[in-house]
Amino acid sequence: MEGSKRREEVCPQLLDLISKDREWLRSSREKSRQGSCSDERKLELRLGLGPPGENWSSLKDNINCRERVAGVGDQDQSHLALGYGNRTTTPWAAGGGKTTSFLHQGKNNAEKNKAYSSAPTPAITAVPNTSSQKRTAPAPVVGWPPIRSFRKNLASTSSSKPATESENLVHNNKINTITGNKPVETCGKGLFVKINMDGVPIGRKVDLKAYDSYDKLSSAVDELFRGLLAAQRDSSAGRIQIKQEEERAITGLLDGSGEYTLVYEDNEGDKLLVGDVPWHMFVSTVKRLRVLKSSELSALSLVSGKQDQMRLDSSSK
Amino acid sequence: MLRMASSFPEEVLEHVFSFIQSDTDRNAISMVCKSWYEIERWCRRRIFIGNCYAVSPRMVTGRFPEVRSIELKGKPHFADFNLVPDGWGGYVYPWISAMAKGYPWLEEIRLKRMVVTDESLELIAKSFKNFKVLVLSSCEGFSTDGLAAIAANCRNLRELDLRECDVDDLSGHWLSHFPDTYTSLVSLNISCLGSEVSISTLERLVGRCPNLRSLRLNRAVPIERLANLLRQAPQLAELGTGAYSAELRPDIFSNLAGALSGCKELKSLSGFWEAVPTYLPAVYSLCPGLTSLNLSYAAIQSPDLIKLLSQCPSLQRLWVLDYIEDVGLEALAASCTDLRELRVFPSDPFGAEPNVSLTELGLISVSAGCPKLHSVLYFCRQMSNAALTTIARNRPNFTCFRLCIIEPRTPDYLTLEPLDVGFGAIVEHCKDLRRLSVSGLLTDRAFEYIGTHAKKLEMLSLAFAGDSDLGLHHVLSGCENLKKLEIRDCPFGDKALLANAAKLETMRSLWMSSCMVSYGACKLLGRKMPRLNVEVIDERGPPDSRAESCPVEKLYIYRSISGPRFDMPDFVWTMDEDSALRLS
Repeated sequence: MEGSKRREEVCPQLLDLISKDREWLRSSREKSRQGSCSDERKLELRLGLGPPGENWSSLKDNINCRERVAGVGDQDQSHLALGYGNRTTTPWAAGGGKTTSFLHQGKNNAEKNKAYSSAPTPAITAVPNTSSQKRTAPAPVVGWPPIRSFRKNLASTSSSKPATESENLVHNNKINTITGNKPVETCGKGLFVKINMDGVPIGRKVDLKAYDSYDKLSSAVDELFRGLLAAQRDSSAGRIQIKQEEERAITGLLDGSGEYTLVYEDNEGDKLLVGDVPWHMFVSTVKRLRVLKSSELSALSLVSGKQDQMRLDSSSK
Repeated sequence: MLRMASSFPEEVLEHVFSFIQSDTDRNAISMVCKSWYEIERWCRRRIFIGNCYAVSPRMVTGRFPEVRSIELKGKPHFADFNLVPDGWGGYVYPWISAMAKGYPWLEEIRLKRMVVTDESLELIAKSFKNFKVLVLSSCEGFSTDGLAAIAANCRNLRELDLRECDVDDLSGHWLSHFPDTYTSLVSLNISCLGSEVSISTLERLVGRCPNLRSLRLNRAVPIERLANLLRQAPQLAELGTGAYSAELRPDIFSNLAGALSGCKELKSLSGFWEAVPTYLPAVYSLCPGLTSLNLSYAAIQSPDLIKLLSQCPSLQRLWVLDYIEDVGLEALAASCTDLRELRVFPSDPFGAEPNVSLTELGLISVSAGCPKLHSVLYFCRQMSNAALTTIARNRPNFTCFRLCIIEPRTPDYLTLEPLDVGFGAIVEHCKDLRRLSVSGLLTDRAFEYIGTHAKKLEMLSLAFAGDSDLGLHHVLSGCENLKKLEIRDCPFGDKALLANAAKLETMRSLWMSSCMVSYGACKLLGRKMPRLNVEVIDERGPPDSRAESCPVEKLYIYRSISGPRFDMPDFVWTMDEDSALRLS
């Protein structure tokens, strides 16, 4: 291999970093591969003996094959199945007709994604964690296709609609929500909104699709900010250090009984108390979240839930 | 050479150096000898720092005492697509506070993907006496209160650009903080702001700044108010409209068309939020002179786009949604032969089925019809090796080629083969390629082509591609000029990374997420390569709570001369010698 020869000349110290055998350049793939993938087929490809034409005729076979290469075993499959359980609770999976194929595709994606992100060892899947579920459950693939978030929101806010099906779905979203129909979700991606807390300089993002109720959101907010808040309270130093013993749970976010209250800004720029409208309506209108000192709430001109309801009702007529 | 150099007085050399603008040339000068190093450092006015953690603010202010303009970048590029957790870092405050002491005469700050607090903005506003340019690109963490401080205090401000920032938009009132005596504005970009600004404040501001050349409004500015604003500033060269929709009213239309035609120097148009086709003809009178058109927020359909574009013979840059379709791109190729840059964004990126007829054919048309085209970003749903080969042959002058086939691992739709050969043709023919993003089904062979041919490549983005370490090895060992490499969801692991460890010191940064790099390899790399900061980002908890062989969630490696950073949140771990102690 010409490339590797040159590299060794240029940077001889590399050899310390790699375990004795440099065989991998030639054969790692054969070694790591198990299952029904044809070794010869891959080898042929690597050596540049020409594309293995007919063997690629089925993409699906290929993907299956790659999954085995990546070491995804049955265990991972069952883990994935759990993920789908969660997914079916998201609104878009509950549609009819086209949605089935959509779901299927999402599943494919997630599987493919999982194939590379999960460990060859089962240890990784055994670790209970919320973030990886968050990553696989709501979205086919986070960050793909690579589009800025403001472009994602673009379709849903552009009111001048070309008369394509998908656009209409987005356009009708709000009205459907208001009239009590099942909200129509046009995509399986997460719904990330920014959240800031009084006294904490670092903002976070929460994925609303990962929760299905205000209670869950409220405990997620506690989880997100408890440590940061404690660090903020005790620190004069720049470095954020979390001291477990000083952490206090952030409670009473929803009923105003606690030190902090959760409010949100909706798509029309109004500030509202979280918890006043049905969850799905909240999800479809929320633009950003804030955890405010309850003592400073009165200073804010909050639109009450009732007013908001009326406003939405009238706007939908 | 040396003798000659020492025979010149310092002042002469300083004057000579002042004509040299390029960063790499300045760097080369400083390497010639000690005296050149000294002379050069005293007369460097502009610095660019591609990674704010690669060097400390004090080192910079210490070496270059006379800087007037600084450009800094923070988070990794993949932050744009939500792959970098919030709170990761990229805080500008330490820089501002160091520069407030070191550079009282600083005039320009340009930041990209950094966290900018209101406190930072206030410090800028009060620290630099002759402050002129503030460009915040994809930044976050500040509110309109911070902007008010800038507006109120920077009397010589020429440029305020908030492109694609995430601003905490408390109110539009900040704009009124520009004093009535303030007249120096040249460029204002508030397109990212959501809240309404007072139009009359804006009109007065625009009216009293005779040098205003660029004005990019936000979507809260209604189309009916645009005409009056434009009449205040007929000298504008660049305009970003606000919302571009209303019920069609002849008076609004003719007023707007009249005002626009009065702006004889307008060359660049953007904005067009919620655009309705009925108002598009208002810009027709400008079309002959337009060089730049950003319609990527406008859901305008192909026939209306064609009508518009066919009148823009001078167009050099076009950003557009995929509503343009193949037929629109064909028309573009026929009428806009001066085109240099094309970006086609997806209107429905998450849909399962194509909602428009945009395929590889559109790109082929443009590559054939626009001989100066050198930069492309193209989202589509199908591609073939034959098409890529044709495109590469048509346009060997590409410097930037970013193709996103929306569904990961899509093969050549005609042959169902991987797209190796197609991307191979791109790197083989386009000798000047600096930036490449690949997509679709790719095997290690594609990376062999890239390593072999893409010798000038500086930035490469990979996703869902390759089969083994060999793929990454080809890239790292072959692409001699690679500065930034970002990889997600590829089966690349320890061996390729460790075997090319020294290469990483020649690069600005490497991002790998959902790949197969083990925690053990990260530790090894951090230990053996003291000039690299190896950061593991894992939201599942401390990586040492899992097996060493367990792949890390995300890995960000960058070279640094200032050592590990100190502002890491609790989901980032740095792999240096001390970290072993810290963690245990």
